[in-house]
Amino acid sequence: MGEIVLKQITKSFGDISVIPPLDLTIANGEFVVFVGPSGCGKSTLLRLIAGLEDVSSGTIRIDGKDATALPPAQRGLAMVFQSYALYPHMTVRNNIAFPLKMARLDKAAVDRKVEAAAAVLNLTGYLDRRPGQLSGGQRQRVAIGRAIVREPTAFLFDEPLSNLDAALRVNMRLEISELHASLGTTMIYVTHDQVEAMTMADKIVVLNAGRIEQVGSPIELYSRPRNRFVAGFIGSPRMNFIEGEAARGDGADTIGIRPEHLVLSTDGGRWSGTVSVSEHLGSDTFVYVQVDGIGTLVARAGGEFPVRHGDRVWLTPQAEKLHRFDAAGNALSSLASGKKVA
Amino acid sequence: MARAATNRRKLGLTLLAWSIGIVIFFPILWTALTSFKTEAEAVASPPSFLAFHWTLENYTEVQQRSDYFLHFMNSVIVSLGSTLAGLLVAVPAAWSMAFVPGRRTRDVLMWMLSTKMLPPVGVLIPIYLLFRDTGLLDTRVGLVIVLTLINLPIIVWMLFTYFREIPGEILEAARMDGAGLKAEILYVLLPMAVPGIASTLLLNVILAWNEAFWTLNLSASQAAPLTAFIASYSSPEGLFYAKLSAASTMAVAPILVLGWFSQKQLVRGLTFGAVK
Repeated sequence: MGEIVLKQITKSFGDISVIPPLDLTIANGEFVVFVGPSGCGKSTLLRLIAGLEDVSSGTIRIDGKDATALPPAQRGLAMVFQSYALYPHMTVRNNIAFPLKMARLDKAAVDRKVEAAAAVLNLTGYLDRRPGQLSGGQRQRVAIGRAIVREPTAFLFDEPLSNLDAALRVNMRLEISELHASLGTTMIYVTHDQVEAMTMADKIVVLNAGRIEQVGSPIELYSRPRNRFVAGFIGSPRMNFIEGEAARGDGADTIGIRPEHLVLSTDGGRWSGTVSVSEHLGSDTFVYVQVDGIGTLVARAGGEFPVRHGDRVWLTPQAEKLHRFDAAGNALSSLASGKKVA
Repeated sequence: MARAATNRRKLGLTLLAWSIGIVIFFPILWTALTSFKTEAEAVASPPSFLAFHWTLENYTEVQQRSDYFLHFMNSVIVSLGSTLAGLLVAVPAAWSMAFVPGRRTRDVLMWMLSTKMLPPVGVLIPIYLLFRDTGLLDTRVGLVIVLTLINLPIIVWMLFTYFREIPGEILEAARMDGAGLKAEILYVLLPMAVPGIASTLLLNVILAWNEAFWTLNLSASQAAPLTAFIASYSSPEGLFYAKLSAASTMAVAPILVLGWFSQKQLVRGLTFGAVK
């Protein structure tokens, strides 16, 4: 149930190749997040799986069956769109019931399932309203309700939270995670927000220009990025990259160190520089340091680190957390473990 | 001061709009007034505006001399029939052009519009012969076919502009929800496009109702709509102005009433999707 296998799929629009040959296996019940910058092909990949776009070559197997040529309606997948894509002329009840009516369920069964979905999503009081009378979060819930009533093989989410405000986004993120935990159905989730990717995913697929840069658990990607692109994309604030003389000392063309792995000191350390900005978030302080001969590095300090613009500070990377990259941007073996990063 | 100036401006604009409106409406008003005059008064010079001997005799005479109801029914059947047939063809066409456009979609749209630039008289003879050979002359079916084809470009264009305003993601959602093409169009696209379809329908009923070139040339008596009914009262000699006016008034009255009640939809239709 719910396994999706992509084999050598490609997609081109006219002469422009959007997805070069790509292989990916999504296991049953997994929460997989496609993440990458805009235009990296993550939405296209999702639409290929959904059947809303046709692959140019390759095969898609869903649940063991070849689905490459099946229309979206027959793939057994449900999708939640960025714009919610609710039917504006139907009530919430009819929106949620629509896929069931398409499946020709009898009225009693439809009513029962709609009521149950509405109860799960706190929509019971809104069933007779139209989408236009709902808030953004409620519309999102209706879209999810419409997806869950069908009991699909897998759920596809296309940047579902990007139209919501920050507080609501955190809430909905939790709700979707809980939904995954309770249903146990395969979910594929597309986002450009690496925080969503890190917090929700069992497995993250980092895409860049249609290619898969790395596939792995959030922690794997965070601690063992395979290349400079993944290293820079995962983590917030992003990893500091240092090139030139300082990097060659560590036997690499580029070294990378995350802000949380730089030790800040006011007495001494490996690199010295002056503070340009310090951002106090309460729990953390991010200090932007203009380091002599290197450039700006960001370091994370504890909640209260009393520095201000123009102060002289020292930075020391934690040796075992240093990432080394060759000229092509591929990761070299970590200094601490001595293992080659695959 | 500024307020007084704005008010003067408003008054000026209102007067201007009313004047233009009256100038445009005057021929219809004059026709209606003439239909209540005697034939002698209808050609009197100078004409009297309201101070004439009001009479209904033109209407009774027109009613006696020809079958108004037959022509009225012909007009209803031909204009409604051609509009519905047009919609049936145009909905799928506009759907494909709005939601799955190809590289040549623009060209196809322009080409369809270009058929409206052809002078109809240029194809009158071939179509007449075609109709004669297929037995479609002076039949309602024949008129429905020709008016459907004449107005199809406009129907497709109007629906296309309305459909384009509908977000494609909603149709994709329907596809994901298990709707086939038919269900997608019937349950999702059409209900959302109802305002647009209504104004398309109205405008095309009016266009078909008023169409005179093809209806006059391709019908004689059996299928002749109201346009032919009016034309039958124009003759090269004798006094016929009052009776012609009565026939015209009877012919335009139904569509005038329809237009009056659907002003809002029509304005939306005529702005052609330019304003959301």
